[in-house]
Amino acid sequence: MDFILNNLLTLIVFTPLVGSVLIMLLPRENKPLLRWAAFVFSLVPAALSILLWFVYQPDVGGFQFEVYAPWFPTINAGYHVGVDGISVAMILLTGILTPLAILISFSIEERVQAYMALFLLLEMGMMGVFVALDLIIFFVFWEFGLVPMYFLINQWGGADRHYASFKFFIYTMAGSVGMLLAIQAMGLTAGTFDLLGIAQVWPNLTVGLFGLPITTVKTIAFWAFFLAFAIKVPIWPFHTWLPDAHTEAPTAGSMILAGILLKLGAYGFLRIIQPLFPHEFQAFALPVAILALLAIVLGAYASLGQRDFKKLIAYSSVSHMGMVVLGLAVAARVLGADEATRLNGIIAANGAVLQMFNHGLYSAALFALVGVVYERTHTRNLDDYGGLWVALPVYGGMLIFSSMASLGLPGLNGFVSEFLVVRGAWPVFPAITFIGLLGLLLSAAYSLKAIQKVLHGPLNPHWTHLKEVTWREALAIAPLMLLMIAIGVWPRWLLDVINLTVTRMIG
Amino acid sequence: MLEQIPFISIIVFTPLVTAVLLMLLPPERKTAIRVISAIAAFITMALSICLFFAYNQAQGGYQFTERTDWIPQLGISYFVGVDGLNLPLVVLTGIVAFTGVLVSWGIEDRPREFFTFFFILVTGVFGVFVSLDMFLLFFFYELAVFPMYLLIGIWGWPVTREYAAMKLTLYLLVGSVFSLVGALAMYFSYTTPQGTHTFDMLELARAGFSPDFQRLWFLPTFLGFAVLAGLWPFHNWSPDGHVAAPTAVSMLHAGVLMKLGAYSALRVGVILLPEGAKTFLPFIVMLAVVNVVYGAFIAMIQRDFKYVIGFSSVSHMGLVSLGFATMNHYGWVGAGLQMFSHGIMTALFFAVVGMVYDRAHIRDIPQLGGMVRKMPWAAVAFIIGGLVSMGMPGFSGFVSELPIFIGAWRAGSIAAWYPVIAVVAALFGIPVTAAYIMRVVGRVFFGELPPQFAHIPGITVQDKIALAILVFFLIGLGVYPRIMADLIGVGVRPFLAALGGA
Amino acid sequence: MQFTTFDPNSLLAILPEILLLGLIVLVLGLDLALPESRRRNLGLLAGLGQLAILAAMLAFSRPNGEGISLWGGMFRHDLFTLIFRGMFLVAGAATSLISLDVRGINRQGEYYAILLAAVLGMNLMAASNDLIMLYVALETTSIALYLLAGYLRDDVRSSEAGLKYFLFGSVSSAVMLYGLSLLYGMTGKTGLREVAAALTNVQDTLPIIGAAVMIAVGFGFKVAAAPFHFWTPDVYEGAPPPVTAFISVASKAAGFSVLLRFFTAVFPVIQPQWGPLMAAIAAVTMTIGNVLAIPQRNIKRMLAYSSIAQAGYALIGFVAGGEFGLAATTYYLLMYVLTNIAAFTVVILFANLTGSEEIYDYAGLSRRSPYLAFAMLLALLSLGGIPPLAGFFAKVYVFAAAINTGLVWLAVVGVVNAIIGLYYYLTVAKVMYVHRSEEEHIPVPVPRVYAVVLALLVVGIIVLAVGANPWLDWATQAARPFFVAGGG
Repeated sequence: MDFILNNLLTLIVFTPLVGSVLIMLLPRENKPLLRWAAFVFSLVPAALSILLWFVYQPDVGGFQFEVYAPWFPTINAGYHVGVDGISVAMILLTGILTPLAILISFSIEERVQAYMALFLLLEMGMMGVFVALDLIIFFVFWEFGLVPMYFLINQWGGADRHYASFKFFIYTMAGSVGMLLAIQAMGLTAGTFDLLGIAQVWPNLTVGLFGLPITTVKTIAFWAFFLAFAIKVPIWPFHTWLPDAHTEAPTAGSMILAGILLKLGAYGFLRIIQPLFPHEFQAFALPVAILALLAIVLGAYASLGQRDFKKLIAYSSVSHMGMVVLGLAVAARVLGADEATRLNGIIAANGAVLQMFNHGLYSAALFALVGVVYERTHTRNLDDYGGLWVALPVYGGMLIFSSMASLGLPGLNGFVSEFLVVRGAWPVFPAITFIGLLGLLLSAAYSLKAIQKVLHGPLNPHWTHLKEVTWREALAIAPLMLLMIAIGVWPRWLLDVINLTVTRMIG
Repeated sequence: MLEQIPFISIIVFTPLVTAVLLMLLPPERKTAIRVISAIAAFITMALSICLFFAYNQAQGGYQFTERTDWIPQLGISYFVGVDGLNLPLVVLTGIVAFTGVLVSWGIEDRPREFFTFFFILVTGVFGVFVSLDMFLLFFFYELAVFPMYLLIGIWGWPVTREYAAMKLTLYLLVGSVFSLVGALAMYFSYTTPQGTHTFDMLELARAGFSPDFQRLWFLPTFLGFAVLAGLWPFHNWSPDGHVAAPTAVSMLHAGVLMKLGAYSALRVGVILLPEGAKTFLPFIVMLAVVNVVYGAFIAMIQRDFKYVIGFSSVSHMGLVSLGFATMNHYGWVGAGLQMFSHGIMTALFFAVVGMVYDRAHIRDIPQLGGMVRKMPWAAVAFIIGGLVSMGMPGFSGFVSELPIFIGAWRAGSIAAWYPVIAVVAALFGIPVTAAYIMRVVGRVFFGELPPQFAHIPGITVQDKIALAILVFFLIGLGVYPRIMADLIGVGVRPFLAALGGA
Repeated sequence: MQFTTFDPNSLLAILPEILLLGLIVLVLGLDLALPESRRRNLGLLAGLGQLAILAAMLAFSRPNGEGISLWGGMFRHDLFTLIFRGMFLVAGAATSLISLDVRGINRQGEYYAILLAAVLGMNLMAASNDLIMLYVALETTSIALYLLAGYLRDDVRSSEAGLKYFLFGSVSSAVMLYGLSLLYGMTGKTGLREVAAALTNVQDTLPIIGAAVMIAVGFGFKVAAAPFHFWTPDVYEGAPPPVTAFISVASKAAGFSVLLRFFTAVFPVIQPQWGPLMAAIAAVTMTIGNVLAIPQRNIKRMLAYSSIAQAGYALIGFVAGGEFGLAATTYYLLMYVLTNIAAFTVVILFANLTGSEEIYDYAGLSRRSPYLAFAMLLALLSLGGIPPLAGFFAKVYVFAAAINTGLVWLAVVGVVNAIIGLYYYLTVAKVMYVHRSEEEHIPVPVPRVYAVVLALLVVGIIVLAVGANPWLDWATQAARPFFVAGGG
């Protein structure tokens, strides 16, 4: 047990890798074996992340479960990992979502072995980002996650998958190149790549890089990071890769993509930009907030106009992530202000992080549900559906439940996070918040539109003999729903952990 | 007792001895020929890896040295040794030679002569890496050139092989003449305390040539070897040579021979003429960047699968030159790692290209497709190689390119535009590389399998073993770079001290 | 001239020559006695006999220390002579053996006898220490060679070769004789050492230079240096192949032996004048030989121009002078003898089967007769100067000698030429290995004797390469006396 606790983070990150390798060793044709093996292997990091949640001590400051091992001393990069409240929440989310996504993937018939192996590798990449406390390690895992996702979309995706996967890859990589250069610049200026080490010296640095003043270096680094993360979140106008990628990806791929990968970008803001570039971020907080607003409103508006069910949810992700970004912008804005104003920032940041978690839950659920209906009807066109409530009442219930969470019905999780963001943003960016509320309206509109098209109305004669959700599918979505209501009704268990960390960060 | 065994000479001459042995076998016994070749190559690979681990990093310097006088009147001795700089390259040669033999298993046309010339080539290559006597270095270098000519000319791609072989041979010979002139200049300018001239590179490093002398002779010496390294604009022989050569020869060629050029340029040019290096390397950097960017762009527009890889090699070797030109610890370690990583990666690429070509008999990308169905392992291996090529973290490409870029940043103290160069190289090189790699992978391995290829066989066991070995090193180095980075660091330190770099 | 008491050692010193004479008589006698069918054995006798003489020479005729002058100062018995006599004997033996299956000469006792006579003459040339001795030996050799070149009376090309050789040779001999007589006129002496000593007292260098130039004509013809090389391609092409081989190596080596000895011994006083001239000749020779070899389609003509170029390289060592330079040239000639004969052996074997001497008919030889092709490859690479073969070391030595003496430009010219040379050598290699032919499945018959000869030559090339240094030491030792006061 001690061993587990001492190396908890390393285990969380690398057990998916072990699982992936084991999958590759199993016989290729035995699909049930592969599927269940993958599911069981994914339960290990899930269990570990839940364990982490319970042993993490929220009141204690700093990073916990830190591990440092020299990795590439030549360039002063070491394997340095550790967690705080935000990472723990994200890890929990990833740990929970992955097995559920694998359950949903049981319906994949082609090349199951490769699929499952890639999926577990993807999990490793994501976990690695959340625990990394060294910029190089951060980058390594960040990039590493790109490849399995690319293949998942490219090989098991929809009709337009080549274009979508290619766009996804190139967009993200383009951002990454900038980030890599910024990391190098930071490492050179600070003398180390270790986040904690940089954090110590960074504010006091006076000497820049070969003639450039330190402020210029910091600004350039800030923009490079901003760009990389903005593409990932995505922040308007760097979001254009998202609708295609989400739509063309296989169901589980979309679940993970929307559920976690987008959060990587937001996480980057919190882990790197906010602590190291607070002044630069503050200077640009207003433009960022405006971009967030555009995401919220335009994303929702675009959602409203969609015919494709999956694209509708994809655009809704843009909109919801806009809310996250708004919260982050608020937190940035209040730097150095008085106590009361800072409180707004803390609240908004709490909301942002909670929204990250929540969105992970309900967008994953929604994508799963889209997948369920797509497998039965082989169409994603909203106009083709109709009256499915009659044929699939359980499905309908789940769909409505998740949609309500998405649009922020009080009592469900979405409401809590959106409320917090709005509450925090209002005093700081009143105009923006006000317009943002429009987005919330639109969010209700498109959600109801979707529900109406899919579930209500006369039952389309094509679908009279559709099968109800299976046990497996239900099992995959039910935990998410449970969490949605749990957070909606009693958010403290999650919020407290987040809050303490956020307060230390911003307060 | 163990120190008495001349490990280095065994490694260098085993291939030659094998070549002689092979010529004594009757040509019809093809299986025996292949098995003997594989065993011999395996022995050299194993020995080189053992040597790698036997090297004492704490002690540093040259180890396992052997020295005998050869032509004392001219100050020539058989002087060999390994240090942190050439030991990884020795290992690389062993690996590529062995995997090269494995993927050549299917050669039906006179395998005996093929492996004979192949092993002569391998001896020459090993010899260059371990030589600490300048004459010996040139001796082995020339020894390596002519088997290339025959290997490409006889077993190469019929369409261009004669032209490519002649072009390659002439370019390399002319290049070596230039370097030879520079080397001889050093030879004649320095008189030992005993009053003779010497080719001993360790002594010449202490010779104390005047700065003007060094500046004068640096360019011919360095550039002569840089031709072999594929430095733009002297890279012209490389794409044709790579493409025309048979698979194992391409592997050795791009994987090892180009490193020979870079290594020799370093060993003879930079280390012996540091003042010249300091003056001119900043300009070499510009050529290196052209390599990186130009190579990548040209690779993107190629129709022939092998030409894509050929130009990709030109591009990646630019990074090696860039690394060395930074003249600091990061850049050199990165360049050393890149030489190894790129060597393995490009050997893997050419091996896979060969596998595809042997079965499909075309290399025209638009006509290929769906190969993943017929050779899934080859596809996976190629994809991993591709990821290395793009510098994807988790693989050896990343851990070698990163220090090079960091080194370039650090070299801002030499010239303010060094970091700019690094940025340009990264910004253009990496995404373009990603683009052409993905294009090739997508077109050749995925997509529709053209009907005429419905019945092509999969890859053989030997092919799989070769690919597995190569992939192992690519991933291993990516995950645990220290295993080689530390050794290279030990190796470059004394030279950097002499250069006055950091 | 002194008449001393008869010294048995002086007989031992010329033991090889005596034995050669005996062998000639034996061959001629047997030629009368043996029936036509058995006359092929004469060649065997001649060849093996020469090898036996070589062994005897090494056993009994070795000089002590720096060597002595014998027979009234006409005959110089030293290491230098020994080495060159070895070369001639090897060349002669090999030539005899490879003539065994060449139609038109193989059963002719006179042929072998004349060949032996040529070897005898060359031996004397290498040993000559006197103007008259030199001339007599030279003419003995030359006449024998003219006869050999034109031996095939029914073949118009052979006759043309013989006649051309005779005409060119006679003219150059005449010029040389005039030069020799000038020397006598100036000094009143015929012994080389005496002439050298007397020349130092001559005030006016112009006649000395004139004499030197004229003598150089004679030697230059023998060596086939530019501009005295014009006879080479036609004679080489026309003469019977073994004769071509012999002329290309032995006569050239003989020419070099006298050139080295004569100029170093006799003309040091005008070294500043003939040095640059010789350097220029060397450069021109190399270049002409290499450049003109490129377009050749007949392998014998190609080898002819190649040998012109090779003479050029060897000249570099001579031009550089000094112990090392001369040693380098000697080593070069050693290499060249073995290598060129090996190449010609392959040519003979191939011509025996196909009747062709066209380079492009050698296509696919590597498949027909892999060992034959490999031997040819080694020979070509050695001529080209590729490591690790002997030719590489030979070139290194001569270039190093040049640079040591400050003649860097000459070394550069040499290197450039070496690269040019590689082109046509590699072309042949390419034809043998890369090109295909319909007759690939027909192997080239290699009689046992030829196989043995070829194998020995190849081994010799490798031994010369591997043990390059000991051979160089030996050659240096031979050259040393030239530079010791009172030597030569």
